[in-house]
Amino acid sequence: MTWSEMQPLLSQACWDTLYMVGWSTLIAVVGGLPLGILLVLTDRGGLLQNVVANKVIGQVVNVARSMPFIILMVALMGLTRSITGTTIGREAAIVPLAIGAIPFFARLVETAVREVDGGLVEAVQSMGGNTWTIVRKVLVPESLPSLIASTTTTIVALIGYSAMAGTVGAGGLGDIAIRYGYQRFETQMMWITVGILAVVISVIQFAGDFAARALHRRGGRSGPAPKLRLLKAKEPAAADVGKVA
Amino acid sequence: MHPCPGTPTPVHSTVTETHVITTSGLTKVYRSRGRDVTALDGVDLHVREGEVYGVIGQSGAGKSSLIRCVNLLERPTSGTVTVAGQDLTALAGRGPRAGKELRRARSRIGMVFQHFNLLSSRTVQDNVELPLEILGQSGRARSRKALELLDLVGLADKAKAYPAQLSGGQKQRVGIARALAGDPKVLLSDEATSALDPETTRSILQLLRDLNRQLGLTVLLITHEMDVVKSICDSAALMERGRIVESGTVSELLATPGSELAAALFPVSGERTGADRTVLDITFQGEAATQPVISQLSRTYNIDISILGAAIDTVGGLQIGRMRIELPGRYEDNVVPVGFLREQGLQIDVVGQENLLVKEGAK
Repeated sequence: MTWSEMQPLLSQACWDTLYMVGWSTLIAVVGGLPLGILLVLTDRGGLLQNVVANKVIGQVVNVARSMPFIILMVALMGLTRSITGTTIGREAAIVPLAIGAIPFFARLVETAVREVDGGLVEAVQSMGGNTWTIVRKVLVPESLPSLIASTTTTIVALIGYSAMAGTVGAGGLGDIAIRYGYQRFETQMMWITVGILAVVISVIQFAGDFAARALHRRGGRSGPAPKLRLLKAKEPAAADVGKVA
Repeated sequence: MHPCPGTPTPVHSTVTETHVITTSGLTKVYRSRGRDVTALDGVDLHVREGEVYGVIGQSGAGKSSLIRCVNLLERPTSGTVTVAGQDLTALAGRGPRAGKELRRARSRIGMVFQHFNLLSSRTVQDNVELPLEILGQSGRARSRKALELLDLVGLADKAKAYPAQLSGGQKQRVGIARALAGDPKVLLSDEATSALDPETTRSILQLLRDLNRQLGLTVLLITHEMDVVKSICDSAALMERGRIVESGTVSELLATPGSELAAALFPVSGERTGADRTVLDITFQGEAATQPVISQLSRTYNIDISILGAAIDTVGGLQIGRMRIELPGRYEDNVVPVGFLREQGLQIDVVGQENLLVKEGAK
């Protein structure tokens, strides 16, 4: 294949990949952020402690996360059809991509939010703030650097998943690499897609890291990351009572 | 444990006899792995309006649970908490979440923390504005109030800085400014100086003292450092194993025979030189300090007195002297001279018999 033959294929594939990853990232963030925060709030000792809800959400997230993406895609075909009217094409691929990424992102959000110092929550409580105020003014802004890093990780993972979306005719770089590079022995085409993917991933990772670090260093000093403390001591045993007193 | 109304004259003009914080029968039991741990065991606390009240005790004594129960960050297992005439325990409701009424009440109680608890994502000014945002004030009113408070704590030039750029003492000043944003009547201080070096500790205590005087702010503080109580408290309480074992104004405590708190506030040292000796701690306050009692004692009873240790200090704004002397002979032989000293209006603690007296005094 000559470059003039490859070029339109590649640019279309790039666009398809970005389209799928972009939309599914957006949906994953919108869906995963509240879910991750709920996982922290409903946990034992959390502000909205609800052990049953916590277990249910946790279990759903775990199952969805451990599902191989290609199986999730096939399993969700019915849902995909009811949302997009088809199971083929890039729009159709966005549905399983987003649903696969929501629990993934939710777990990362949970970890990030858990690292917010419980003392800050206590401080806002002592000012008379309610749970919503604490989420908006403490949990999200204070974990923002970690949340940005989590979003970067999710985007990179979604680029990986999107390579499988070719199996439902969604196109994208992964699809090109398999159809041309693997099935037609166009080795050159394969290496070009690999190169493009490497560049795209590096750029995203770099941008994400840069943004996270800039936020973390607010105030011009690169202090150590905030001390890890749980929202509240989980079970104040005798020794813990000693510590808080 | 607390003086009847009207007994002592207030040490400072801001102190009135109205109780602004009252806890009665406050009990907090933590349940952990099937075992119950009692952090507070029937605590009765009375903090008068306009005073600085220090609760001192070792780690695990229950101080932290106590101060957290005052604004109900911790729900007491039983007992009541009244702040500025409002029964907070009645507002609490049953669930772990704070209802609207309780949150309103909390916004009128300022709190400062050992680790400052400033939001790193906000500037100093925005941190101070946070309680005002919660109260729903407009942007302009918030910013004016925040700048006013930062000026009050001496950080007007740091309004646009981030907490990471400040020293520990400056962070605590921001914490204090933030605690004052809602114009509270009461300030709770949870080991506010424990993470600071001695010099910074002094300046933060001075600030708390000034705010107490200028604004008539009532301060309830918990600490494990005797120096904090010594330098700014009007009243103090000693906590042990979830109970208050001694409490009162500093001058009352110093006048209480065998008071552990008084001995800790103002220690004198000196070891007994032999077995057949009586060691006395003499505390001088006010009038009694001007009498030449030691030479009178020596002349009247013709005994040799050795001075083992002595000191003069200011405790809670009160000049006070303490001296440890040794008389020859056992206590039984010295009943008359000791009686003489007591007649002079001096407070006498017989060293070695302290334990007996402490138990009587605590009852």
